[in-house]
Amino acid sequence: MFQKIVVPVDLAHEAALQKALQVAVGMAKAHSAELCYVGVASATPGGVARTPEEYKEKLEKFAESQSANHGVQASSHAIMTHDPSTDLNKALEQAIADLKADLVVMATHVPNISDYIWAGHGAHVAAHSTASVLLVRD
Amino acid sequence: MTDQTPEPSDGIPSPDGASHIIDTEYEIGQDNVEGSVGPFGFDIHNPVFAISGMAIVAFVFYTLALPEQAGSVFSWLFSSVTKGFDWFFLGAANIFVIFCLFLIVTPFGNVRLGGTEAEPDYSYIGWFAMLFAAGMGIGLMFYGVSEPLSHFGTSMGGISEEGGVRTDWAPLGGAAGNEAEAMRLGMAATIFHWGLHPWAIYAVVALALALFSYNKGLPLTIRSAFYPIFGDAVWGWVGHVIDILAVFATLFGLATSLGFGATQANAGLNELFGIAVNSTTEVILISAITAIALVSVMRGLDGGVKILSEINMGLAFVLLIFVLLVGPTVFLLSLFWDSLLAYLQYLPALSNPVGREDVNFSQGWTSFYWAWWISWSPFVGMFIARVSRGRTVREFITCVLLIPSMVCVLWMSVFGGTAMFQVINDGYTAAQEADLPVKLFKMLDVMPLAGITSLVGIVLVIVFFVTSSDSGSLVIDTITAGGKVDAPVPQRAFWCIFEGAVAIVLLLSAGGLQSLQSMVISTGLPFTVVLLVMCYAILRGLISERKNT
Repeated sequence: MFQKIVVPVDLAHEAALQKALQVAVGMAKAHSAELCYVGVASATPGGVARTPEEYKEKLEKFAESQSANHGVQASSHAIMTHDPSTDLNKALEQAIADLKADLVVMATHVPNISDYIWAGHGAHVAAHSTASVLLVRD
Repeated sequence: MTDQTPEPSDGIPSPDGASHIIDTEYEIGQDNVEGSVGPFGFDIHNPVFAISGMAIVAFVFYTLALPEQAGSVFSWLFSSVTKGFDWFFLGAANIFVIFCLFLIVTPFGNVRLGGTEAEPDYSYIGWFAMLFAAGMGIGLMFYGVSEPLSHFGTSMGGISEEGGVRTDWAPLGGAAGNEAEAMRLGMAATIFHWGLHPWAIYAVVALALALFSYNKGLPLTIRSAFYPIFGDAVWGWVGHVIDILAVFATLFGLATSLGFGATQANAGLNELFGIAVNSTTEVILISAITAIALVSVMRGLDGGVKILSEINMGLAFVLLIFVLLVGPTVFLLSLFWDSLLAYLQYLPALSNPVGREDVNFSQGWTSFYWAWWISWSPFVGMFIARVSRGRTVREFITCVLLIPSMVCVLWMSVFGGTAMFQVINDGYTAAQEADLPVKLFKMLDVMPLAGITSLVGIVLVIVFFVTSSDSGSLVIDTITAGGKVDAPVPQRAFWCIFEGAVAIVLLLSAGGLQSLQSMVISTGLPFTVVLLVMCYAILRGLISERKNT
């Protein structure tokens, strides 16, 4: 049913992603789909990487390890934005369209009062993407 | 970008194309504390966030609790700094200009920020609009008419002495009774304060931060420029102090100008629409400016700050062209060239740091301005660095130093020139006699479409405050997050609101704004040392780039 599954990942918070990563692997296996891990960062040195190249390499290695550990086909897609905190939603929307993904599996927090002001990234993607979106609560 | 096999790499790969990354064990964000307050997440540097926040609150309390003592302490500090160290400010600023010009003409100019293959993040127009709106926009609105008129007036008045000390405020030797020469000297002195020197100050800070961040892989905070001097010790208390001082100067600099800006905008609104001048109106103005800035920072660099900067630069350009065409066009165009020549002619004498006879001018104007620009430089410099990735050093200096200086020459010639023309040829002295905030509006008053142009003027003033406030909040947020630009959004919203709140509290206290502004300008002194060290660091950084790439 699904051919390409996009999984947005925040390499700085890998631990919080575990549930979503497992769901993504399960979906990929069930549908023989390809996984693509998407990361959004800034060209400014950050906690995960000090250069854009280093970020791309880390994301690629992450995809490789997922592929090797779980026996799924996986690739990576790094996006550099000027202001990741605010550009994330648009960058993800764009990536989902560019990669022609038909499913997005995404970790998201349990909604709380702040969602009235700032909708979570998962909620935004679900509201705006043409692909199916599976939000995995942490 | 996708599906590529990475080349094997042991160390940290260079950014786009060759560059020389500094090998340090420090991980960006390793000193950060992550968590949440209620539903709002945070990711802040320990201890820079807490100490700078508490120090700001402590200073506000001190100023409110002991207004007279604080007032006298800060004004003493301010006057000893600007008067006692005038030679230091003037000398250092000259060094910055010479240093920048040196970088343009030497092969160091070829080094590209972000690595040899890096592409510019922003188009020329977007980039220029942002750096200009953050750095100077608001000052041009208030001083474009006022400063040329002041220097013209004092130059015409000539010099006066008492006990061998000059008591007049004329620049250099003045030009008693000589209208043409007083105008040239007035324009030269104004351009001196808004031209090469202030932009060189900004350029040094911005270049140091951009170089150490994009080419050397260090976090985007002020302390990174000190890595060549202190090595890894810069991640300890030395660095904390530098960053805290930068946050402190930036927040108080923004809050006090926001407070003064509100009183000035109120005066303008009173002039135009008869709106009452009182603290209620001013609090509403600060709240409105803060609210717009809040929306802007939450929309981010591209979605908020850049758009507002571009809109405002467009509006300012329209106003400039309008005054140029409707005003005495031929006179203004010839004044532009004449002012430029006068600036170059008087530059050596105006920038001379020692043995000055025009003490009131050189200490009360120049030294004050230099301290002022330098105390703003961590904020403006860091913001310029943030948006300058992908430019070569030569391109960077040309666009941060030479082009803004030329724009200032044009702006000052058109606005100051029109006002001086009104005084000399029409005998219209309302602008000359008016208070600072309404000078611009008095000048526009006798030109066609005064209602519309004055409204444009008010909008420009308010939006320039917004563009300073939003970019300032981004800068403070980045420094207090240890150089991370992807901290949770509520954090930048916090700084934006905090800045508005500090401005309101100071505005409502008697003399609070004045005394804290004196203190902020005094931080120009330690920052001058910081900037001199930065010149050395830039040189070291560029040498290693040239050697290793």
